[in-house]
Amino acid sequence: MRALPPFERLLQEQRTTVMRFLLVAVGPHDAEDVFQETFLAALRAYPRCDDPRHLDRWLLRIASRKAIDHHRRRASGPVVSSRVPDRVVDGPATPDAALWTAVAALPPKQRVAVVHRHVLDRTYADIAAILGCTEDAARASVSAGLKNLRERVA
Amino acid sequence: MINLKRLAFDADRRAAAASDGLADRAAASGLVDVALGDMDSPIGRLTVAVTARGLVRVIFASEDREQEVEELARRVSPRILEAPAVTDDVRRELDAYFAGDLHRFHLPLDRRLMSPFTREVLRATERVGYGGLATYGEVAARIGRPRAARAVGAALGSNPIPIVVPCHRVVGAGGRLTGYAGGLPRKEFLLTLEGSLAV
Repeated sequence: MRALPPFERLLQEQRTTVMRFLLVAVGPHDAEDVFQETFLAALRAYPRCDDPRHLDRWLLRIASRKAIDHHRRRASGPVVSSRVPDRVVDGPATPDAALWTAVAALPPKQRVAVVHRHVLDRTYADIAAILGCTEDAARASVSAGLKNLRERVA
Repeated sequence: MINLKRLAFDADRRAAAASDGLADRAAASGLVDVALGDMDSPIGRLTVAVTARGLVRVIFASEDREQEVEELARRVSPRILEAPAVTDDVRRELDAYFAGDLHRFHLPLDRRLMSPFTREVLRATERVGYGGLATYGEVAARIGRPRAARAVGAALGSNPIPIVVPCHRVVGAGGRLTGYAGGLPRKEFLLTLEGSLAV
């Protein structure tokens, strides 16, 4: 059994990757909060971590779950009409506004899969391991997500 | 072509900011088994490590910080986080000590990194007060093992909580300054601060 490195080191090494993922997967408005929830959950589970050789993947699995939970909570909670515009307002200057709106409209699973592939450049094998699905299913989610984006941005 | 990477701007700075708030939330939830805090002192940077039981480790700048923190992960818990607020009490007392205002620490200690023999030796060392000195032989005699001066020296050298557990007050026969985990100049500084060495 490989020894777990100090959690602090994991945080230092992986925090930018996790933040890049969350910035697009949940939007800049909520990224900080979901980032902290991700690392709190990771810290809680750390002594029982079952994948010490792939800690980056283990963390992204938690972050993906938190991102999807976040969207589910939002979807089942009271409708706050300002939510989607929030993301657009928080995004960078106008050329990206349409893209942000399109990303925000993606189903959560597609959004997460697309971000792993096209923001973090993860392989489909990796994405399958992170999302707990087959490689084919990962490929299908990414391509459905991209198709949706293209239709909305065009 | 859709470029999603553009949307992940400024991730570095945002991750650093979010990490700062993380330590407080984690500590409040009882998820930090070992809290780390750094401080400046007249003998260089000190890194202190605190558990729920108390101060477990003081690391000198001359030691390999990363390696020592890894050792803490192995021997105490991998749930280690920079959480300076948790180490406030320790840093406050050390500051007061270096200012010459504090002659006796009141900090709870976590002695789990000491072997039973080291624990016994260091307990005896703690009875040497501020401004006092003892020889290795005297400490050996105090724990009832007068011939174990050399083993006493080794045990002092493995003191995980230097300064607060005052192994620096133990010197060679005739007052000769011998080994110190932080290096002899640090030992000399501490003893001078305490007034046990002529300046």
